[in-house]
Amino acid sequence: MHGQCGLFFRTYAGEARIFPSRFLMVSMGLFGTALCLAPLAMNNYLVSILCLINIAVIGAVSLNLLTGFCGQISLGHGAFFGVGAYAAAYLASLGLPFLAVLPAAGLVTAAVGMFFGLPSLRLKGIYLAIATLAAQLILEYVFLHWDAVTGGSSGMAVDPPQVFGFAFDSDVKMFYLTLAVACVCVLIVCNVMRTRLGRAFVAIRDHHLSAEIVGVDLFAYKLRAFGISSFLAGVGGALWAFYTMYITPEQFGIGLSVSYLAMIIIGGLGSVLGGVFGAVFITILPEFLNFLAHHAGAFFTDISGALLAMKEGVFGLVLVLFLIFEPEGLANRWRLVKAYWKLYPFAH
Amino acid sequence: MEYYLQLFISGLVVGSIYSLVALGFVIIYKATKVVNFAQGELVMVGAYICFALTVQARLPFLVAFFMTLAFSFILGIVIERLILRPMIGEPIISVVMVTIGLSSVLKSLVQLFWGTQIQVFPPVLPQEPVMIAGLPVAPVYLAAFALSVILFLIFSAFFKYSRLGISMRATAFDQQAAASMGIGIKNIFALSWCIAAMVSSIGGVILGNINGINAQLGHLGLKVFPAVILGGLDSLLGAALGGLIVGVLENVCDGAAKEFLGLGGFKDVAAFILLVVILMIKPYGLFGAREIERV
Repeated sequence: MHGQCGLFFRTYAGEARIFPSRFLMVSMGLFGTALCLAPLAMNNYLVSILCLINIAVIGAVSLNLLTGFCGQISLGHGAFFGVGAYAAAYLASLGLPFLAVLPAAGLVTAAVGMFFGLPSLRLKGIYLAIATLAAQLILEYVFLHWDAVTGGSSGMAVDPPQVFGFAFDSDVKMFYLTLAVACVCVLIVCNVMRTRLGRAFVAIRDHHLSAEIVGVDLFAYKLRAFGISSFLAGVGGALWAFYTMYITPEQFGIGLSVSYLAMIIIGGLGSVLGGVFGAVFITILPEFLNFLAHHAGAFFTDISGALLAMKEGVFGLVLVLFLIFEPEGLANRWRLVKAYWKLYPFAH
Repeated sequence: MEYYLQLFISGLVVGSIYSLVALGFVIIYKATKVVNFAQGELVMVGAYICFALTVQARLPFLVAFFMTLAFSFILGIVIERLILRPMIGEPIISVVMVTIGLSSVLKSLVQLFWGTQIQVFPPVLPQEPVMIAGLPVAPVYLAAFALSVILFLIFSAFFKYSRLGISMRATAFDQQAAASMGIGIKNIFALSWCIAAMVSSIGGVILGNINGINAQLGHLGLKVFPAVILGGLDSLLGAALGGLIVGVLENVCDGAAKEFLGLGGFKDVAAFILLVVILMIKPYGLFGAREIERV
């Protein structure tokens, strides 16, 4: 929690509020309204990017809860996301309604995530990262070979979701659905961080021995971090399945795990806002490169192919540059920019 | 039975390449405590450089091989200077992510220059199989195995007897104490990256001679983790043995899974299931240094 200049708290409850000032509440309200109206002025392509951003926000914020707040590095988040997607696709194919499938997919993923979180009892740091890497590869194998449930390499088709007979069958309708779920997920994480649970996570991250000394049951809380984080990832995965309407194992490879980690690194570890920024940035980056390749192709015929090949390289380069020059991420930069304009003509 | 013996031998060959890559990984981890996720990409870059020199520039193989080593040496220095040095003192996750970022950059550079098709090395060794214990074995396989053993012996001696090797070990043990004894820590860091890049590129050249190379070669780097965890993250002997064991185990398990369970592609996960088991029961591996700490 960063105390801000000019804000005085007289109660602890006041300090723990999500919107500490009325200005923030009003500006968030305006931003929300603008977001809701945005699809009216956009074509389908832009709306579909917004949907992807909403889903990525869920994944990034949930990983940030585990890695940024609780300090448990997970290289298996992409696979957990995939578990949610497959669970949703399977349950939906059994005929369950969407409103039941979404939390059920989350619960299945939470169970899987907590199972693979068990090694965190004994492992930390790099050893845990490698254990979760193993989880990623083992789960990928299960997606590919458990034909009866996952459809194997040919994948699974998913019907668009229906709520009380209303079908979300277009990008615009899916945008409102994903936006609503993403907002709920972000609020869940914000609220978890204001409770004893969230403070315990931060204590574990900062120093596990002192956390245990002040009465945090390390194993129980680490498992809860894995559970909550995977639950949200599962919900995100379920939305992904409903949105893309066709899922295959390669969508949930190690690349997805890496891109979620990149989102929270670029956005800012240990900040809910950072997760959101990172998700927006990493989702827009390849689309921006596409745009660039498309327009540069008009002048240099060769460059568009090369630029597409460089997509992964640019991703890696951005990641490396952020880590070297902006290790605190976009959330910190945002804070600095706000601080600058607060005192604008008098910078010092 | 012969089927499994065949699997065992091909496992040893693949394992000896894992050993080489794991050796590079352990050298970096020992000296700098950096976990390198780009090890597989270093293998790939080495293989492609050698490919470019032998096939595209038509140099004789030995010349190309040594030029590849020189290139890898420089690549190691550049990576350490530009990317890893600013990360000294940063948290583990940042260092892990910087090497992951590095791996995607290297991969896309290779794709940019050489495309994604499989490229085949011209045969260097004779193609006639040699008979060992009644089984035909290609000379390339024997050379791969022998080269791995030789390199392992060289590096063991290097770390045990040479001044440089001892100062690398000292740095790994305690950086402050090493610095106060007059060891240039930064040079040691750079050197360990150079050695790792060179060893990996040797692995890449051998692989190129066996299977040909493509842009997916970097996935090999992931297989290093079971090997080094099994052997212990900071043990050279552990890396060498761990690589061999993982290579054999995954080949034999793959064969067994195909025969008894009808499961294909078990090779990719067998090593990782082993990895999880080891982490649960013996996290410091067979030969790793034990740090007693209760979490």
